[in-house]
Amino acid sequence: MTAKPQEPSVEKVTTEEYKYGFVTDIEADSAPPGLNEDIIRFISHKKKEPKFLLDWRLKAYQQWLKMKTPEWAYVHYPPIDYQDVIYYSAPKAGPKSLAEVDPEVLKTFEKLGVPMEERAMLAGVAVDAVFDSVSVGTTFKKKLGEMGVIFCSFSEAVHEHPELIQQYLGSVVPYNDNFYAALNSAVFTDGSFCYIPKGVRCPMELSTYFRINAAKTGQFERTLLIADEDAYVSYLEGCTAPMRDENQLHAAVVELVALKGAEIKYSTVQNWYPGDKDGKGGIYNFVTKRGACRGDSSKISWTQVETGSAITWKYPSCILQGDNSVGEFYSVAVVNNMQQADTGTKMIHLGKNTKSTIVSKGISAGKGQNTYRGLVRIQPAAENAHNYTQCDSLLMGDKCGAHTVPYIEVKNNTAKVGHEASTSKIGEDQIFYCQQRGLSKEDAVNLIVNGFCKEVFRKLPMEFAVEAQKLLSVSLEGSVG
Amino acid sequence: MLVIKGLKARVEDKQILNGIDLTINPGEVHAIMGPNGSGKSTLAHVLSGRPGYEITGGSVTLDGKDLLALSPEDRARAGVFLAFQYPVEIPGVNNTYFLKAALNAVRKSKGEEELDAMDFLELVKAKLKPLKMDESMLQRAVNEGFSGGEKKKNEILQMAVLEPKLGILDETDSGLDIDALKVVADGVNALRGKNRSFLVVTHYQRLLDYIVPDQVHVLAGGKIIKTGGKELALELEEKGYGWLTGEKVNA
Repeated sequence: MTAKPQEPSVEKVTTEEYKYGFVTDIEADSAPPGLNEDIIRFISHKKKEPKFLLDWRLKAYQQWLKMKTPEWAYVHYPPIDYQDVIYYSAPKAGPKSLAEVDPEVLKTFEKLGVPMEERAMLAGVAVDAVFDSVSVGTTFKKKLGEMGVIFCSFSEAVHEHPELIQQYLGSVVPYNDNFYAALNSAVFTDGSFCYIPKGVRCPMELSTYFRINAAKTGQFERTLLIADEDAYVSYLEGCTAPMRDENQLHAAVVELVALKGAEIKYSTVQNWYPGDKDGKGGIYNFVTKRGACRGDSSKISWTQVETGSAITWKYPSCILQGDNSVGEFYSVAVVNNMQQADTGTKMIHLGKNTKSTIVSKGISAGKGQNTYRGLVRIQPAAENAHNYTQCDSLLMGDKCGAHTVPYIEVKNNTAKVGHEASTSKIGEDQIFYCQQRGLSKEDAVNLIVNGFCKEVFRKLPMEFAVEAQKLLSVSLEGSVG
Repeated sequence: MLVIKGLKARVEDKQILNGIDLTINPGEVHAIMGPNGSGKSTLAHVLSGRPGYEITGGSVTLDGKDLLALSPEDRARAGVFLAFQYPVEIPGVNNTYFLKAALNAVRKSKGEEELDAMDFLELVKAKLKPLKMDESMLQRAVNEGFSGGEKKKNEILQMAVLEPKLGILDETDSGLDIDALKVVADGVNALRGKNRSFLVVTHYQRLLDYIVPDQVHVLAGGKIIKTGGKELALELEEKGYGWLTGEKVNA
C-alpha cells in the first residue's frame, strides 16, 4: 500500500475536560501545613490512637527523615516541598450513619455516579467510603459482622481490634520500606481494614471509593486486609478526584496477608485527576501495594486499571512465601497528554512450586510516557517455581513513549520463567477498517483499545469491567482526531 | 445509482486517477480490470474514503448524494461496503461483537431499532450457512489468526450482514484457492439483487467466471480506456493488457 496516512490526526490533543472536576465545600478541620513530630502527635491525638501506634509513626518519621526520594523511576516532576503539604484535614462532625452524612458529601458521590445506598443495594456491595481523610459510612456491616467479617475504617479498627493492627500493620510493608511508605506510616490518617475469618468466603465484593478533597491535602491512606486460613475475599478500590491547580500528593500503602489456603482478589480502578493538557495540576500517585502469600496454597491476585494521575508510581507485588502459593498481576495503564506512569509488579518466589503470572497492557497517547517495570525473583529455596510475564504496549500517535524494564533474578535452576513483550501502534488501517463498517472514529479507537485490554478486563468483577471500559474511553477521548 | 464523473485523485505528488467516468445502475455488476499500478485499488479506496488520497477533481454521487463530502463511516452507513484486499486484524475484539456494533451503527443512522444480542445471533447464523463458515469463527477475534480464505469469507459475511447498496470487492480473489473462490463468489452472487450493485476490482479474469459482470472496464494510467461486456474479460485473458495500452505488460 503506497497510501500515506493523512496528516497525523492522532496528534490532536484532547479537549475533553476532566469529567469529575468539582470541589465539595466542606469546612475542614485541618492541621497547619508542614511536617514535624508535633504534627504527627496532633494526628495521633485527633484520632485518639493507642501509644504503640504513635510510637510506630514516630519511628517511621525518623526513618523518613534519613531517606531520599527514589529517582530510578522514569517520571519527571519538580521537587515536592513536604513542608507545604497539609497532613490532616477532616470534616468536623463524625457521622455515625448514612443519614447523618453531610448531604453535600452524598451529592458528591452522586455526581461521581456512585450513589452509595443505591449502589450498595443494587450491586450487593458494602461500601466503606473514604472522603477526605475520615470515613463516612459503612453499609452491610451487620451482615458481614454475622459472618465474622470485619470491614471498617482503619481508625475504627485501631480502636476495636488493636491486637490485629498490632500484629499485622507493617508486616508486609515495613515502615522503613521506602520513602513514600515511611511517609505514609508517619502521617496516614485513615483507610480501610478488612479481616476475613477462617474458612469464610466473603459473600459480596467489598469496595471503597477514595476521594481526595480539601485543597493541598495530601491523602495518605492505609489499607490492611487479612484473609485467614481458607478464606476468600474480592476487594474493589476505585477513585476519582476533583479538579485542582496544584499538584496533590498521594502516598498510600496497601498490605495484604493471605494465610494458608486463602485467596485475595484486589481490583483497582484509578481515575484521579491527571492534570490538564499541559500537565498542570493532577495527582502524584506514589503507592506501595504488597501482598504476602504467607500460607501454603494461598493466592493473591492484583488487577488494576490505571487511567488517572499526573504521575503514577506503583508496583503491586506478591511475596510468595507459602509452598504452592500463587501471585497474579493484571494491569492496564493508560497515559494521555502529559501523564507519566511507571508501574509494574514484583513477584518474589520463596516457597516451593510457587507460580506467578504477569500481564501488563500499557497504552500511551498524547505526550504520555508509560513504563512497565517488573521484577521476578526466584530465591534459592523456591524449587520448581514458575513465572509467565507478558507486556504489551500500544502507542497512539508519535509523541508518546512506551518502555519495558523487566528484571529477572533466578537463583534456583529448576525455575521456569517466560517473558513476552510486544509494542504496536494503533493502526490507521485498523481505524479505517472499523469506519468502513460504519463505526465512528471514537468508537473504533475504543473497540481496538478494549480488545487490547481484554485479558485484563476479563479479570475484573463484572460491574467494574463496565466502568473500566467507560473510563478508558473518557481517558482517551480526543486522542485520535 | 453510483455516478462517477471526471474523478481525479493523487497520493502525495503522484497522480493516480486521471478522470474516471463511470455509472453503475441498481442491480448491475461492473468489473474493473487493469494492469498493476493502473489505479484499480485506488478507485476502490477513494470511493470508500480511505485517508491518504487527495481528490483533485471530479465528483461521485450515490443516489444523488455527494459521496466525497461524507466521512468514511457515513459512506458506510449510506450503503458503501468495501471488501478489503487485506482484511485487518483487530486482536481481542470478538467477531460477533464487531459485526453487531457495525450493524447497529448502520441501523441507528437510518433511525432503525438496534438489534439485541439474541436477535443478532440468529441473524448472523443464518448468514453463515451459505458461506460454509463454521460458527466458531464468530467467537474468534476479528480476522486474528484467520487463513487467507477465512478472512475473505469473513468480509463477505460482513457484507451479507450489513446489506449495502454498493459492494466494492478489492481483489477479493487474490490469495484464494479455487474452492474458496467458489464459496466467496457464491456468497456474492447470493447477495445480488435489483437494488444492490457491485464494483468488482480484479486483476484476473478467473473471478469473473463465477461472478458474471454486466460490464467490464479496463483501467490504465488512471483512466477507463475500454468498456465492454463480459466477453471483454476473456479477450483480455487471451491477449493481455498490452493489446490495449500499447505496451508490453506482464500480468
